[in-house]
Amino acid sequence: MAGFKLSGIAATLCWLAGAVLVGYAFVSGGYLVTVLGFAALYAIFVTGLNFFMGYTGQVSFGQNAFAAIGGYTSAVLTTAFKWPVFAAMPLGIAAAALLALLIGYPTLRLRGHYLAMATLALGMIVQEIAVQWDSVTMGYTGIAAIPPLGAFGWELPHERAQLAALLAALALAVWISSRLKHSRIGHALAAIAGSEDAARALGIDVARYKLIAFVIAAVYAALAGSLFAHTVGFVSPEVFGLHMVVLGFTMLYVGGIGSVYGPLIGALIISLLPETFRSFKDYQDLAYGAALIVILIYAPKGLSSLATLWRARRAAAVKREGA
Amino acid sequence: MSLLQVEAVTRRFGGLSAVDNVSFGIEPGQVSAIIGPNGAGKTTLFNLVSGFLAPDSGRIHFDGSDITARAPHLIAARGIVRTFQLVQLFPDLTAHQNVEAGCHLRGGGGVWAALARTAKARRELDEAAEAARDLLSFVGLDARADVPASALPYGQQRLLEVARALAAAPKLLLLDEPAAGLNAVETEHLAQVIRAIIGRGITVLLIEHDMHFVMKLAAHIVVLDFGRKIAEGTPDQVQNSPAVLEAYLGGVDAGGVEAGGVDAGGVDAGGVDAGGVDANGVAAGSAEPAPEATRA
Repeated sequence: MAGFKLSGIAATLCWLAGAVLVGYAFVSGGYLVTVLGFAALYAIFVTGLNFFMGYTGQVSFGQNAFAAIGGYTSAVLTTAFKWPVFAAMPLGIAAAALLALLIGYPTLRLRGHYLAMATLALGMIVQEIAVQWDSVTMGYTGIAAIPPLGAFGWELPHERAQLAALLAALALAVWISSRLKHSRIGHALAAIAGSEDAARALGIDVARYKLIAFVIAAVYAALAGSLFAHTVGFVSPEVFGLHMVVLGFTMLYVGGIGSVYGPLIGALIISLLPETFRSFKDYQDLAYGAALIVILIYAPKGLSSLATLWRARRAAAVKREGA
Repeated sequence: MSLLQVEAVTRRFGGLSAVDNVSFGIEPGQVSAIIGPNGAGKTTLFNLVSGFLAPDSGRIHFDGSDITARAPHLIAARGIVRTFQLVQLFPDLTAHQNVEAGCHLRGGGGVWAALARTAKARRELDEAAEAARDLLSFVGLDARADVPASALPYGQQRLLEVARALAAAPKLLLLDEPAAGLNAVETEHLAQVIRAIIGRGITVLLIEHDMHFVMKLAAHIVVLDFGRKIAEGTPDQVQNSPAVLEAYLGGVDAGGVEAGGVDAGGVDAGGVDAGGVDANGVAAGSAEPAPEATRA
């Protein structure tokens, strides 16, 4: 979709605010570190989702399946089999990529809500396996005491170092997203989002590029799931349930679907909002819901489009005065 | 040697033969046209040539190779690029971005080239941007480069679709009713653009209802009726063919015929004329059997 991106002063202010927030978290520690770590994990997940839904214009309700595969592979291998973290993570990601390839090949021929249903089923099946395959996944009990990020016997010492690692992973994820969006591949994905028939007529192998976007989204989801396992130290079927999909969608639309930094903004805002409204006590959920509605009414293309929207309004106003 | 050779091609939908044993050849370097009343099978024929539909029987050869039932993107890569009867732009992208996205076949880089942003990948992006500027100015849209495609007036959307098709570097350009919905000035401009396309060494095959437009532009015309070819030849030959007059006049009020020739607007009652296609590209009353069968 169109390159709605933050620009100029607004963008600078946003980056500054983000940097101050992160800086404050590193100084203060405590709960804010946990919230920001959670936001970073989801930002990676949603950046992947954005490849498939934003750039390529498809729908998937099943990305939690790939997060679950990343998370559980990490959890099982590092606890039951005592694998090192740095070996378990890539294997989980590779498994998710392989599954995306196998599932995507037949299902990506489906369009619109048929694809949505197929992916929804995928998410439910994987979650059901996590529940039923007791001997490996421990069922509803989940897997605890998963070792934190680290390598060669050395572990990241405390939560602030963990946050730094998550932010580094996020930076890499966003960089890749930006690189690919502004490339021949990104143009092909945008064409598919615009009109599949026109894309075909222009020589774009639609099935192939949809599959590429789907696999990339799965890799991001698996990375997020695996990082979750090693950051929180615990996975269970609920962690990777439908709730994860709903939260991901909310972040994607609030931040701005199709923009590179939208997922970042969405993940941060949606992670912080409930905390902001904590003082509302009983009305916390109500205030949260109302805030979401207000955002989507006044920034229908997400918060990342606000700067563009504002400039367009001002240009229109100037034009009216001139006439 | 014909650039495009259609040999005894048939395509049925249920019991109906939308295209029935049709053969013809398209010579390079000129404008050819397929005409016929609504439901004659023109768009189905385009879908068969461009790979959006597979024929039940018959062969299609292009530029020395058999392209029968190949996938659309592979046929495009061979050099046949089409536009659509209902404009199919990328609505959220600007005019410039639309044409840039159309440059896919000019490049070749994959995921790794994009990530590493190799010298080749950078050059391809620059070349695509350059080609987009060129092509927009070629069709007269250079001033609208940064306008989202969905915000362009209908006539400019049609031109943008032509510019985007040219971005794929076709040898044969298929235009499906390019003048539908255009006013007289826009139609004249389009005719100039099509002549200029020929001037670039690209062959054009178009479907059109505007007979004045076709007779003026096309060197070679194929006439379809109920899926069958009923005439073929120069504009003069076609206009004087008894079969053509019969097809266009049979059972229809003769008020549709004007001194200057056959006027399609008067013939296809409620068919696609200037008013039949609105800005959203929704054709009213098109009787083509499954005209866009691939659109789900």
